[in-house]
Amino acid sequence: MKSEFTPPIGKISHIYGQCISLIGNDIDTDRIIPARFLKCVNFDSLGEFVFEDDRKTLKGRHPFDLEKNKNATILIVNSNFGCGSSREHAPQALMRWGIKAIIGESFADIFYSNCIAIGIPCFTLSKKSIQEIQNYSDNKFLFLSIDLKNSLAKSKDLNFILEIKESSRKMFLSGEWDATSTLLENENLIEKKFNQLPYIKFNTHFL
Amino acid sequence: MSQDTLFDKVWDLHKVSSLPGGSDQIFIGLHLIHEVTSPQAFGALKDKNLKVKFPYRTVATVDHIVPTDNQSRPFKDNLAEQMIETLENNCLEHKIRFFNIGSGNQGIVHVVAPELGLTQPGMTIACGDSHTSTHGAFGSIAFGIGTSQVRDVLATQTIAMNKLKVRQIWCENQLSNGVYAKDLVLHIINKLGVKAGVGFAYEFAGPAINSLSMEERMTICNMSIEGGARCGYINPDEKTFNFIKNKLCAPKNEHWEKALTWWESLKSDEDSIYDDVIKIDASKIEPTVTWGITPGQSIGINQQIPLLDELSPNDQLVAKEAYEYMSFKPGQSIKDIPVEVCFIGSCTNGRISDLRIAAKVLKDKKVSKNVKAFVVPGSEKVASKAKQEGLDQIFKDSGFEWREPGCSMCLAMNSDKLIGNQVSASSSNRNFKGRQGSPSGRTLLMSPAMVAAAAINGKVSDVREFIHE
Repeated sequence: MKSEFTPPIGKISHIYGQCISLIGNDIDTDRIIPARFLKCVNFDSLGEFVFEDDRKTLKGRHPFDLEKNKNATILIVNSNFGCGSSREHAPQALMRWGIKAIIGESFADIFYSNCIAIGIPCFTLSKKSIQEIQNYSDNKFLFLSIDLKNSLAKSKDLNFILEIKESSRKMFLSGEWDATSTLLENENLIEKKFNQLPYIKFNTHFL
Repeated sequence: MSQDTLFDKVWDLHKVSSLPGGSDQIFIGLHLIHEVTSPQAFGALKDKNLKVKFPYRTVATVDHIVPTDNQSRPFKDNLAEQMIETLENNCLEHKIRFFNIGSGNQGIVHVVAPELGLTQPGMTIACGDSHTSTHGAFGSIAFGIGTSQVRDVLATQTIAMNKLKVRQIWCENQLSNGVYAKDLVLHIINKLGVKAGVGFAYEFAGPAINSLSMEERMTICNMSIEGGARCGYINPDEKTFNFIKNKLCAPKNEHWEKALTWWESLKSDEDSIYDDVIKIDASKIEPTVTWGITPGQSIGINQQIPLLDELSPNDQLVAKEAYEYMSFKPGQSIKDIPVEVCFIGSCTNGRISDLRIAAKVLKDKKVSKNVKAFVVPGSEKVASKAKQEGLDQIFKDSGFEWREPGCSMCLAMNSDKLIGNQVSASSSNRNFKGRQGSPSGRTLLMSPAMVAAAAINGKVSDVREFIHE
């Protein structure tokens, strides 16, 4: 584990860091954090176990074990990253390892929502651009500067226009990505909806 | 953009507001919780000094970590004991109804809610578990959420979400004898791929779907997420209403009539618009088995593991990884591959009808001496019904171990795990690397009937050879 973990808070408009490339399609959340590490009542100790089984299998050759990647913060992945289980433990483990943003060909829906909910922006790029980044960062250190306002990623040699859901981009820029308070602002509307729903009335045996 | 589908109707009904940025605030009619994804959410409520807004709209049970051999307390595993205690305390503190072990109603959350009549048409249902899509079998809009969203539902009974697109999967004709809902859904995922459903809700429809029982429909919707679709649903019909009637939490008396009138109005219009429509011929499907490391890597029982150049370029990267991990050769037949462990259970196929079908195959037969076989009922209710019908005895006589209800070796959070690179024939939903508890364990997904056939022969077998009707 690295230096003391502090969760992101407030506006996120700019992320700068070294890229770490993880090649593979359909990498599921069981692989990101195997189920036995879900036996916990908080997320604090998950960082060191990220990709535990894949790392053990590769005996030090896994990207998350390479010395050159130890300070990386921007994860580069391929398609359908984070498929499978809804466990938020997966992005929590990545975040606690040091990941601050993910760029990939595509993401599974629940994993994407979980990342947004805890302050990890996920961007998409074409397969070709991802391969370009992965090839580059295989040989050299690649530092990217991500500008959320303009959806741009820049480095000394490479520039990309990133895609991100407009709703997510706006939430990060405004600092309102921690949804609870935004949702609670509509407390009256929530009460109104509750009273309107047909099934609330006929479910007297509900509980 | 879809229009007038059941999904559109239920979404619009539950929409509380449009949020800045374009997502919607959606009211959640039923919130289900369990011990694994809820403790951090309750912790966050405490940190923020918030209360549970509608405690009566949340229901809890315990399933992922429970041992299936000895459930006496305290559990032998201290961490598992700590998790169940945390859930017990949170439910007590926040006045949430909890179906604990021994209540007669405990079990896998997606088995329990339908059998209690909690799952009903037209509701939105959320749970910190990706297989929440199961509940869509009743014409509800149900999806898995992460722990931060569990916190949001507890605090506000709503979540922020982008509306999904809707793809109709029209299943023509009928499944043939010995072919089950599990085969159909594995086939669909194989045809469309494991990420085709990203951004979509799947509406399963057509003659083959209409003929399915409610439990079979749950199997289909359960695995929507394995095709990438967070939500899968089926328009409700008479079978749906009959299933719910008289269940513990079902509407009663004059409320039943009102509910029925409303439910009968809930379906996709005949001229509704879908973002996409796909057709599947159910009559062409064979018993289906996975050979790889994603639920999309499946073939019919009489087929061979595909060669690399038979696959689309996009599928080749994962296929190479799968050949290596599984130690199977491209071109090899799936039939006759030896299996060492047989598991019947899970939220996909741990219901009473699954146990009945498997027991029918196993009756008067013996499990191969090379196989460790066990059956884990999906709930205490399933277990008790199975005992009433004498199914437990059929399983035991054949050589299966009869266990207590829980998620068990579907994800191996308890002590039920594969060892080394054992091959398991499993009625569960995921064949991911390491999923069943051993970092090199190998999982072959199939229907419960096919698991029973594999257990008898000690190798992957065609269950149709065991069925004589």
